[in-house]
Amino acid sequence: MRITCPYCGERDRREFYYRGAAVDLDRPAPDAGPDAWDDFVYLRDNPAGETRDLWYHEGGCGAWIVVTRNTLTHEISATEPASGGKR
Amino acid sequence: MDKLIAQTPCDGLLPLTIGAVSVTEVAPGAIHAVSAFQGQAKSLSEAMKAAHGMVLPAPNRAAGKSGARAVWFGPGQVMLIGPTPDPSLSAHAAVVDQSDAWAVVRLEGDGAEDVLARLVPVDLRPQHFKRGHTARTLLFHMNASITRVGEKAFQIMVFRSMAKSLVHDLKRAMEGVAARR
Repeated sequence: MRITCPYCGERDRREFYYRGAAVDLDRPAPDAGPDAWDDFVYLRDNPAGETRDLWYHEGGCGAWIVVTRNTLTHEISATEPASGGKR
Repeated sequence: MDKLIAQTPCDGLLPLTIGAVSVTEVAPGAIHAVSAFQGQAKSLSEAMKAAHGMVLPAPNRAAGKSGARAVWFGPGQVMLIGPTPDPSLSAHAAVVDQSDAWAVVRLEGDGAEDVLARLVPVDLRPQHFKRGHTARTLLFHMNASITRVGEKAFQIMVFRSMAKSLVHDLKRAMEGVAARR
């Protein structure tokens, strides 16, 4: 498996650490209420198809990356820096 | 505590020559992480040019030459190696002293790429990785910064605490390459 780091280019999977679904980027407001926070902390989709994950380029440049991939075909369709704009 | 003796990271481990490839320790001088403040990369680059004669290197690139290099180290971070950073840089960037935190070695010779090919999951052959190119990647199990500094020469940086592992892993790979020549 190869992942394209937005900074370093295509790299081997061993350089990356898997964090989980990219919901971390959509943190609810502190006063959003228990339902929103329950959803954010505990509830995860298990899609058969496209999913967005957070990966960390641990053995490389140290960037957090949002990887859009398909759980059925293992195809990676997009990678972008989790910080939004490039630095 | 007054009897401490300063030692380089690879003291007693290098130099090492096996076959056509050799590893030597580099005395890098000062090492500082330079990270531009938000939106100040351009002004930092101008300050670097004025003070040290090098613009801020783009991702996966290094600038300068032996004795004064600027090596890209990650998003928004450049390592200034050699000179003491000019105070003018601090207006545009966070400058953090990391001298003595890194083991710096030079791998040189015919087949240096073959040695690294056994350890590094990145294509470092000259047609892909030219002089002035740099990569943050793994060297065996270690986080490393690898920069091509000559036609047959690489600068390799790992954490100082990894110096012994670095030399061990390079030695094993050099022996393997030499045995197949």
